[in-house]
Amino acid sequence: MTLLWILLLPLFGALVPLLSAKWSRSACALVTALPPAFALMLMLYHAETVLAGKSVRFFLEWIPLLGLNITIILDGLAFMFGLLILGIGLLIILYARYYLSERDSMPRFYAYLMLFMTAMLGIVLSGNLLQLWLFWELTSISSFLLISFWWHKAEARRGARMALTVTGAGGLALLAAFLLIGEVVGSYDLELVLASTELIQQHAWYPVMLVLFLLGCFTKSAQFPFHFWLPNAMAAPTPVSAYLHSATMVKAGIFLLARFYPALSGTELWFILVSITGLATLLIGAYLALFKHDLKGLLAYSTISHLGLITLLFGMGTDLAAVAGLFHIINHATFKASLFMAAGIIDHESGSRDMRKLNGLWQFMPITATLAMVAAAAMAGVPLLNGFLSKEMFFAETLHQHLLGSLSWVIPVLATIAAVFSVAYSMRFIHDVFFNGQPKGLTKTPHEPPRYMRVPVEVLVALCILVGIFPSYLIGDLLQAASMAVLAGDVPAYSLSIWHGFNLPLMMSFLALLGGTLIYVNRKHLFDFQNTLPELDALNSFERGVKHFAARCDKLYQWLDSGSLQRYMTLLLLTFVILAGLPLLNLVTLWGGRAELPIDAVNATGAIMLLIAAFATVVWHRKRVVALLMISVVGLMVSIAFTRFSAPDLALTQLSVEVVTIILLMLALFFLPHKTPKQSESSRVVRDLSVASMVGVIVGSLSYALMTRPFNTISDFFIANAKTGGGGTNVVNVILVDFRGFDTLGEITVLGIASLGIFKLLTRIPLFKPSSDGDGRPWATERHSLLLSTVSQSLLPLAVMVSIYIFFRGHNLPGGGFIAGLVTAVAIILQYIAQGVDWVKARMNVEYQRVVAVGLLIALFTGAASWLFNRPFLTSWFDYFDVPLLGKLELASAIAFDLGVYVTVVGSTLLILASLGKMTTAHRPVHKETI
Amino acid sequence: METLFACCIGFLSACGIFLMLRGRTFPVMLGLTMLSYAVNLFIFSSGRLTLRGAAVLGSAEHYADPLPQALVLTAIVIGFAMTAFLVILAIRARADLGNDHVDGKLPNAAGMKKESR
Repeated sequence: MTLLWILLLPLFGALVPLLSAKWSRSACALVTALPPAFALMLMLYHAETVLAGKSVRFFLEWIPLLGLNITIILDGLAFMFGLLILGIGLLIILYARYYLSERDSMPRFYAYLMLFMTAMLGIVLSGNLLQLWLFWELTSISSFLLISFWWHKAEARRGARMALTVTGAGGLALLAAFLLIGEVVGSYDLELVLASTELIQQHAWYPVMLVLFLLGCFTKSAQFPFHFWLPNAMAAPTPVSAYLHSATMVKAGIFLLARFYPALSGTELWFILVSITGLATLLIGAYLALFKHDLKGLLAYSTISHLGLITLLFGMGTDLAAVAGLFHIINHATFKASLFMAAGIIDHESGSRDMRKLNGLWQFMPITATLAMVAAAAMAGVPLLNGFLSKEMFFAETLHQHLLGSLSWVIPVLATIAAVFSVAYSMRFIHDVFFNGQPKGLTKTPHEPPRYMRVPVEVLVALCILVGIFPSYLIGDLLQAASMAVLAGDVPAYSLSIWHGFNLPLMMSFLALLGGTLIYVNRKHLFDFQNTLPELDALNSFERGVKHFAARCDKLYQWLDSGSLQRYMTLLLLTFVILAGLPLLNLVTLWGGRAELPIDAVNATGAIMLLIAAFATVVWHRKRVVALLMISVVGLMVSIAFTRFSAPDLALTQLSVEVVTIILLMLALFFLPHKTPKQSESSRVVRDLSVASMVGVIVGSLSYALMTRPFNTISDFFIANAKTGGGGTNVVNVILVDFRGFDTLGEITVLGIASLGIFKLLTRIPLFKPSSDGDGRPWATERHSLLLSTVSQSLLPLAVMVSIYIFFRGHNLPGGGFIAGLVTAVAIILQYIAQGVDWVKARMNVEYQRVVAVGLLIALFTGAASWLFNRPFLTSWFDYFDVPLLGKLELASAIAFDLGVYVTVVGSTLLILASLGKMTTAHRPVHKETI
Repeated sequence: METLFACCIGFLSACGIFLMLRGRTFPVMLGLTMLSYAVNLFIFSSGRLTLRGAAVLGSAEHYADPLPQALVLTAIVIGFAMTAFLVILAIRARADLGNDHVDGKLPNAAGMKKESR
């Protein structure tokens, strides 16, 4: 439980500065420091256990099904990082109190800082991959907030955006890697993953996992070629740089390398990727740092170079190299954080960070200068300071590796060259700033900072010296515990003493010091050479790249979303052709082994008529009335096909829907042009024809393949239970109103919604009402044919009777609510056609919206009624009664449900057609010539 | 028979698709109707073709598969609702926009070469 509090304290701590915003600045800083201080104490409470090489664990089940658990592990590695995060974090809180001016919102800064601290602690303490990733992303977001703290500066906004883009993209790669690892191992638990080295490394996905994982690490730790975001993130306030960009966030990638070292390292791919990247970063960072005129720019590139050094150490793959890497993490964090803070003090008290203006500050701030000089010396690797020790170990390891075969001697040489530049830029930091003449063009006279602003630097510099002189006393145990965590147990013997005798690493160190001094003294030539090189502006080229990418996406989007329905449909259909067509290519034969039915004359005739009618519809599609007639023939043939192949219900439905559809389309033609202008180019016709025929061929083949294959149907259940369970012999109808009643309820709801939508679409429509047909012929003046009105009137009662009959027999014989409803609707529409809207309205004044609603409610309540009997929704009930005269009579709740269907269908159909029909008759303009 | 049936389904869908790719609303509605026929027949045929076997208990020895039939029955009705909605939408679009092109605007003369449909 104490482990959870280590995480929760800083998280709640994010609220503390906001709540104490009204207090004085010092009070605010003080209470903000309390939660991390407590967290630090909690961690130190576990120090004994952890330093003994054991780990403390906290486990809380969250979503075990997804492998998501809250697991916190405090082992040596987490302990070491935790100390850095909380310890330096506390110093930063103190430092920021003096660094931020009155105008800056200090509570906001502290809140972001605490959020970031939580995220960092979350990364190092996580025992679950997904949980780790969550905190990983949280660091990206909170660092974005911190870098853009001075959001009024464009530079800060752009730098923050860049950092977020790069680290965020790396985070996605990391997530992919974690998901793959989780998939391979079968668990997201960190300890399980670390124990499954062989499983992971022998899996075929290992290269993919490793590359994705390293992408995540390298973007975060600013490794080449992703290093460019770090110098641009220097637009952040200096406490942020000191914290994020030296000690914590950029170390997160390295932390992951160390954390997953047991599981992922040891392969050739790991050596090559990690060591080459590290080496390149080490060299490039060290070289470029020398030429930065901005103090923080120099430190940023130096950080990149040191991160490269640590990466290279982890890439070498020897146990000692890993220990050296861990050691350098601590050392780098201490001297770099103090250097950043010193740079911040200089900036704060002299108003500039430009080394061309800053000279001779020694006389103005001797104490700060001394501190900075010691820290810079540690950075350069001067003996008796901590940087020297880990650099010695690094040199020794470069001599022991055999990464490049016979060319392995190149690595120590390159390492020495990098160290030479490291000495040179450290020297520049010291000499250029504190000596080298007088300051030029400074806006204020430099002076020493407030007393307590210097304290954090003093603490860190003291650590640099103490560790440099008494390494094994101070951090021997810590390093040992961390190494045990990284190396999974066996740590090789190593000695943390300052004197190993006159050996090659020592020579390399001296060579570096000597070479660095030489280069610094002759820097003018190098600067001149560097000035002739074209300047690379990472920020601008990055933003150009992003803009370019966005423009490309935009173009692709424009092409996809051109506003042309035909384009969409063509693309959609082509996708269908690819997705549905490719599997067909793998099918050996279309014929699936089922014997075909013989073709008889009736079927053949029907099929030929259907084909001809469909073809005619296409050919004459520009003459719309003719096309409409042709398509009605197709519909008729389809319903005949349903009759032939044992689907009488479908045939009846299709037939009645056909009538309604054709009436609807006829009505539509009144409002639409009667002819389609010829606009399609031949090439488009060819394109459409080929798309259409491809789809046709695929659909036809699929259908044939399907029909000729033997099959198992679940319908046997329905056939067996229709009578006994649903009380009807027409299985189709029983399925509709009983077995799948819920589906039907949904379907009539859709029908109702569609009709209501249509009703709304037709209100207040600014109709274009033609007074003549497309050829200029005026509409007939005679409104209603006498013959039709006479016949239809006598037909109505007959039709209603038929529909009632169809409705009631539906449960046992073909028929039912859908069909009966359509028949009734057609009969009523016939009255509209024959007599006119006014005539019908005078006799049957019903609002069809209400009819739809009533129908839906009937169906709904029938379903809900079963709740009264403690049964699930839509449970059906039926029984038989002996009624005198009528004989045995069946009553079923399904009939009531079917009634709901019936009423909904009648209401919807009439609502659609009557609403549209009304438009054609009301206020129809009379053709001028006929008046 | 299955061959012929499959040919009809394929041909109907091809005709339907071709009409749906036209640029005016009315042919698109015709195409959609035709495609609905094809799809309904396709789903219906997934229960395989059966002669003289209506799924009414006691009327035959071997019954046709009733499940696809039930699905298609509602599909027909829903298909009507969809066509109707489309028709009204087309009418409304013509009334509001003054033309019956599916994109709501006539391809302009300049873009005729590229955009004409």
